[in-house]
Order: sequence, then structure tokens, then C-alpha cells
Amino acid sequence: MSNPLEDMELPDVIFCIGTNMTECHPVAATRLKRAMANGAVMVVADPRRIRLAEIADLYLPIRVGSDAALLLAMAHVIEREGLVDEAFIAGRTEGYEAFREHLRPFSPEWAAPICQVPAADIERAALLFGRADKGAIYYTLGITEHITGVGNVQCLGNLALMTGNVGRPGTGINPMRGQNNIQGAGDSGAIPANYPGFQPVVDPKNAAKFERLYGRSFDPEVGLTKVKALELAGRQIHAMIIDGENTVVSDPDAHHCRRALEALDHLVVMDIFLTETAQLADVVLPATSWGETDGTCTNTERRVQRLRAAVPPVGEARPDWWIAAEIAKRAGLAGFDWKDASDVFNELCSVSPIYHGLDWERVAEGRYQWPVPEKGHPGTPRLHEDGFVNGRGQFKLIAYQDPAEVVDDEYPFWLTTGRRLTSYHTHTQTGRSEAIREVLPEERLEVHPEDLQRLGVKDGDAVRMTSRRGDVTLRVKATERSRPGTVFCSFAFSNVPVNLLTGSGYDPITDTAELKVCPVRIEREEAGLPA
Amino acid sequence: MTTENVFELDGRPLRFEDGETIFEAARRAGTAIPSLCYDPRLNAFGGCRMCVVQVEGIAKPVASCTTKITRDMVVKTTTPKVERLRKTLLEMVLSENPDRQVSADRGLAASEMNDLAQRLGVRRGRFAGATSGKSRPEDDNPFILRDYDLCISCYRCVRVCAEREGDYALGVKGRGFATQITAGFDRALGDSTCTYCGQCVQTCPTGALGDKQIMRFESLSAAPETTRTICPYCGVGCSVDLVTKGDRLVGVRPAMDGPANKGALCVKGQFAYDFVQHADRLKTPLVRNEAGELTPASWDEALDRAARGLTESIAKHGRKSVYGVASGRAPNEAAYAMQKLMRMLSGAHYIDNCSRA
Ligand code: SF4
Ligand code: SF4
Ligand code: FES
Repeated sequence: MSNPLEDMELPDVIFCIGTNMTECHPVAATRLKRAMANGAVMVVADPRRIRLAEIADLYLPIRVGSDAALLLAMAHVIEREGLVDEAFIAGRTEGYEAFREHLRPFSPEWAAPICQVPAADIERAALLFGRADKGAIYYTLGITEHITGVGNVQCLGNLALMTGNVGRPGTGINPMRGQNNIQGAGDSGAIPANYPGFQPVVDPKNAAKFERLYGRSFDPEVGLTKVKALELAGRQIHAMIIDGENTVVSDPDAHHCRRALEALDHLVVMDIFLTETAQLADVVLPATSWGETDGTCTNTERRVQRLRAAVPPVGEARPDWWIAAEIAKRAGLAGFDWKDASDVFNELCSVSPIYHGLDWERVAEGRYQWPVPEKGHPGTPRLHEDGFVNGRGQFKLIAYQDPAEVVDDEYPFWLTTGRRLTSYHTHTQTGRSEAIREVLPEERLEVHPEDLQRLGVKDGDAVRMTSRRGDVTLRVKATERSRPGTVFCSFAFSNVPVNLLTGSGYDPITDTAELKVCPVRIEREEAGLPA
Repeated sequence: MTTENVFELDGRPLRFEDGETIFEAARRAGTAIPSLCYDPRLNAFGGCRMCVVQVEGIAKPVASCTTKITRDMVVKTTTPKVERLRKTLLEMVLSENPDRQVSADRGLAASEMNDLAQRLGVRRGRFAGATSGKSRPEDDNPFILRDYDLCISCYRCVRVCAEREGDYALGVKGRGFATQITAGFDRALGDSTCTYCGQCVQTCPTGALGDKQIMRFESLSAAPETTRTICPYCGVGCSVDLVTKGDRLVGVRPAMDGPANKGALCVKGQFAYDFVQHADRLKTPLVRNEAGELTPASWDEALDRAARGLTESIAKHGRKSVYGVASGRAPNEAAYAMQKLMRMLSGAHYIDNCSRA
């Protein structure tokens, strides 16, 4: 997030798109509700009538995957009505003239049939956001898990730049990170393009720096993404280590994913449970769990906080960092002689410019948000206050593009996937609470009652749902949360492996899968559900 | 006359902020005025009048939690009159309550009323009579106990749900002795807009609301200890205090001073912690044997095998044949160690994490 969580109580116009915040980031959502109680106006765009949509002042039930069309049309209206922040554009941005030209054809009337919402509502959304003094944008995977994920984010960037909603309290472009330490994993260098602290691997200065620090030379080019590595499994990639990820359930196109892992000569999995993925491994290493592990994590607002062990590890479980270090030593590598988690964290701080002012002691109270370039620095709750790191903010010329697959006679429904309040990810953790299982006993496909009627299926009946890649069977739930023609389910239950169906395409830049859109066919399952 | 924001508290001058209440300024100065319906995260309510103080020039004692300080105000927090009044009020409250000790485990504030009774030397039973409130044993949701026999109608639960959560799942029915806290229109929580965030439980000062998950461990005799950490689920990063009894993780409490959550939690962070000590946890390393089965192994054996597979792959297929995936759920140290391992092994940037799926 560009702005701190605290800022969520300050905007006067809130624009949420592709985020089911009350279920996926519930505590953050309470701040938005308080902002609304203090008079803020909320605009929500989402294919599902989620709780946020219910409390919004204006709700746009856009068709899945049409986000860019909506955002272009909103920018069009803001430009046409002169609601832009001229001073900000002149002082802090680049490329506005070309952008303004680019916007010309993208009227609300153009977008309305694509998004399947009235042009007048698009117009209203644009006017509300354009007139905001403090306008803040919040989004999640509903924006990024598309083949156009990068373009979608850039469209949001354009909106914020043209209205000057950047670098001030109660504004900003704010992605909500889904997993507790997904931010930290990237910060720590577990990405193919960057060394720790987002230092690009293609920059020779960084390569030289890490050669000095780590004592070996590194390739000057970006590595493979996980998606590419899985594609190359059995051909180029023959050995893999996977830490704490249930890849075969969480990843798209699960059949392909399983085949890829099976094609490896050697698979090592570290986890706390024998997940579906661990069952495919040659070596399974028991990691300590949350509650048993000392360490640090970094939240969605870039706040570095301490994790503390409260109970001893079960059995012989050991911390992930220790396991990785032991493998390294046995592979003959030097530089892994850490005594404890604080050693590892302090080394990370020493090599990362954004954590450079931090150390184990300093993060004890979770007071700092990165960048913290040097000791004594107060941290950076709000990014871009005085300028952008890369000079000026760039307007990006994005065009609307259809999803990789669109509905047709054979696959007439849009399936979109996500999470639910009481389950998390592949449910390996939440699903082990009996209490949670009691309130969420099984996965159900959410379908609009009109669609059910057309299909001749009743609430609670079993259906078979099929995409070009696979099929699953599950019960349906009649709900007006889904718009007609769009159905929803989560990937929490391994007996409804919905990711057998997904994976129609990937964003060409990030390799993020189009998990939010997948055309499917739905039929009554006469045989019922397997027991 | 001073020109600064100063008033007098129990004979001493004290600075105050504009708009500050007597209760808050006293608390800041270390004077704990008794209270029952006060929760620092909620708007002042003025319902229980336990916080009464004497203000010079005003005949009747005033509720300090709702009275804003004005310059040169003279306040006494412990006159015989207010002390008598507090005792009488508390006796009345207690008289409508069954004489029953509940475990402090029930919630963060569960023993607030009992502690206050001890502090003021008030015993139950002076007005002994019928109890107010009616328990909802039929609300069999697995998270929140609704033991309204103990309810004193302080409305903290109703207010936290409305003011902090914005869910408005709880309401109030009736008045006076017949006051009853309800969910939606007198239904079970599961049929209301309740999200089981547990905030009502944590603010209840009597144990009328209880955390059913932690209550499973009430019979463990070890004294509860707490450890500050961060919720393992979403990226908000809420601070929590883990409650342990001996080696057993028995519950989770929200941390009121957590920078990201300021005391708030959701159902996952509050209640979904059983996975930690679940029987399904992996307890030893496993390696695949000749027959293709995963079988328990020593750490030495498993680590050697893990490392050998990687180095053999490099020997056979070249350095760009090994790949690592770090976790978005493990700590920074895990991700850092994983990226260093993979980069050092291959010299390539063959490392990613699970954010792309
Ligand atoms: S249930 Fe607890 S918090 Fe709610 S009104 Fe009764 S005593 Fe107060
Ligand atoms: S308590 Fe809920 S909102 Fe807070 S970090 Fe945990 S999952 Fe996220
Ligand atoms: S604490 Fe002031 S009236 Fe209850």
C-alpha cells in the first residue's frame, strides 16, 4: 500500500475495485466503515454483490474482467469534466497530453456494454472520484489475477495521478496483500527479478554488490517465474524446493501443475502438514509453525513486525530458515552459519536498502514501515509524499482487452474464484479448526436464482462444473450475490479443486494467472456427490 | 487565571487537551477512576455512572467519562459522597447478577466487574433478587457464549459492534431491569450480520459473553501466559497475544496497542488457531523409499538426501536445473534463507514466492 492502514479512516471518497475486503481483510474494512460513518462516500466495482457492495453509496456490478474498460471510461469523464489536478499533473507527472488523446474514444457509452453496467453509473462513479478532495483506491487480486493484471493496476495509477490522489493522507493506490507475509517474501528477495530490498538483478551494480556479499557471481538476467519453472519441469528444471505452499491446490490448471511436479527428478517440500503437494515430494521436511517460530513479517502497509514463539515446536519440527541453511551447508555452500532468526534478519537488513535502518531490536514493537534507509530514520508510512522514486509519475496508455477465454455456447457461465471470511487459502490451517468447519462445512457454488431456474437445479443440488481444462462436482447455493451469468466459489476445499478449471491465461509481464475469470458449463450431477 | 489548559485534579494541577474528559485526563495521570461501561476505543456512553466525581460548583456528582474538562475546573475523584454513590450503584448492579465466579479466561475484560467489586469492597447479595437478562444456551455457534444472566447492560458489546466493526449485529430490547441484548431481532448470532470477530467478547466486563474456543481449556490448571505476535492469516498484520497454559496454545487475544489493528481482529485471527498443535502436524522428516512410499527419517538423512538431489541435478543437467519457491506465509527469515540458498546454488535467480497464484 502506498498509504498506511490508518489513512483508511481519512478519505472522503473511497473507490474499491476487485476487493472483497470485509471477508479477505476484515480488520482493514472496519476502517473504511468508520470513514463512512464519518461521512465518506464509497464506490464499489465488483462482479459480486459482496458486503462492501451492500454498504456502498454506488455499486457497479461489472462483468468479470472488464475492469480496464471501466477505469478508462472513468478517466475519460474526469478529463472531459475538467476534474483533473492540473498542478499535480504539471509538477509531478509525465505523458499527460498523450494520455488525454488516448482517452478520447473511451466514453461511458463505449464501456457500458463491455462492463454490463449503465453508462450513467460509470459517469457518476467518475464524478464522485474526480471531485474528491481525498480519493483513495483499494484493490486486491480481483484486479491483478487477470491476463491484463499489470494494465489494470496501471489504469488505477492513471486515475490517481490525474486527480493528484497520491502522497497525501487519505489518498493513494492501495493493494491489500492477501497472505500474512507475501509482502515480506518479496522484500526478502524471493523473486526472480530482484535481490533483497527490490534491487534489480539486471543492474550490474547490484550484481557486483551481491558478488562481494555472497562470494559468487550471479547471472545478469532475470530468473524464471514459478509459472515458467513449472512449465519447464522435466525439461530444463529437474529439482525443486517448495516451502510452505500447497501448489497443486492453490495454483491454476492443477492437472498441469501436478504433472509438472511429477516430472521432476527431485522434489523437496517443507511444510507443517503433509499437504497434497508434500505427498508428491521425495523429501518432506517438517517446519515449525506460526506460534512456534521467532521471526519477522511485513504487512500490507510495509510494517515490519516481530513474530514470537509461544509454544515449543511439535515433534522434531525446525524453522524454515534453519532447514534452508542446513541444505545449503550440505550442498557445500558457505555463508549460512546463522545462530538464530535474529542473525538472519540482521543479515537481511544489512543487504537491503529499504530495511537498512532496521535490526532485530528495532522491529520489536512493529513501529517501522519501510523504507527505513538508515538508523534513526522514522520509517515511511506514506510513499511518494515529496516525489516518486523514479522521477515523475508516468501515465500509461492502456487499452481494454478481453479475458483469455470468453463465454460461448459451450461454456456460457463466467466462473470467478476467491476466498471466504472463515477460510484462508487452501484451508490447511483454518480447516483444522473444528469450529471453523462447523460454520463452513463444505464448498458451494454461488449461483443466481434465475440461473438455477434456467438450469433446472435447486438450491443445495449437486452440479458438475466444467471448463476447457477439467471439471469438479459440488453443491450449489442460490444467492443474489452472484449476478446472473456469473458464478463463484473458493479454492479452500481440496475435494472441490476448482483450480483444475482455472488457468486460461497469464499476464505476460508478471505471469500472474487469470484466476478471476474462467468460462464454465454447469450441469446437474445426477449421481449426486461422491460420499 | 492561567492561560493554559490546566485544571485541578485531587488538589494537583494537571494539563489537559482540548475536548478531553475528566476520566481520560485522570487515567493519563495515573488515577484510575472506577468504570464499567467505559472502553477507551468507544465513544463515551455515560451509562453506569460508576465513574462519578465531584466537580466544584456542581451539586450532584457528574460522570467523568462524559464530562469534558474546562479550564480551572476543580475535580475530586474520591470524596465520601462519590465513594458511597459508587458502592451503592455497584451493589445494585451486582444484586441483579447471580453470585457466580466466572473464569477470567472468558475474555480480555471478563473480570473487570469482579475486580471492581473487590476494589470497592462491595459484596454481592445486598439486594438479592431476580437476575436480569436471559442466557441464550440455544445459540450453539462454536465461538461466542451468550450467558446473559451475567449481563449488566453496559452496552459495550453493542457499541463495539456498531462503532468499531460497523456490523450492527447486536441490539437492545426492552429497558431497565428487562433490558436484553439481542442479535439482530432476537435471533442466534449465526442468523444475524455477526461475523464472529469476537470483539464483543473481548470488551464484556462481566463474562456474560465468553470465548468458547479458549473456554475449552478452562480446566487446565497452569496459569495463563501471553506472548505478543502477529496473526498468521491475511496481510493486514494484526497484533495478537497468544494465550498459553504450559505448552498448550489455548487461545488468542487481540492486542489493544497493535499498530495495524488497534485491538480489532476477525474470526480467523481470533479463533482459527487449532492448526498449530493439531494431530496432523508433520513431526519428523519423511523420505521416499525404494517402494515409493514416504517414510520417517532422521534429520541428517533427510537433509543429506535433500541436498544431494539438488547437487546431483546440477551435476547432471547444469546449474539452471534447480528451482526454489519461498512461502508467502513463512517469516522473512525463511524467504531470505531460501533466496540465498537458490542464488548461491545456481548463480541464477531461480526463486519465486507464491504471490503469483
Ligand atoms: S453482554 Fe457484556 S458487554 Fe454486552 S451489555 Fe451485557 S455485560 Fe455489557
Ligand atoms: S485478524 Fe483477520 S484481518 Fe487481522 S491479520 Fe488476521 S486474518 Fe487479517
Ligand atoms: S464509565 Fe462513566 S458512566 Fe460508565
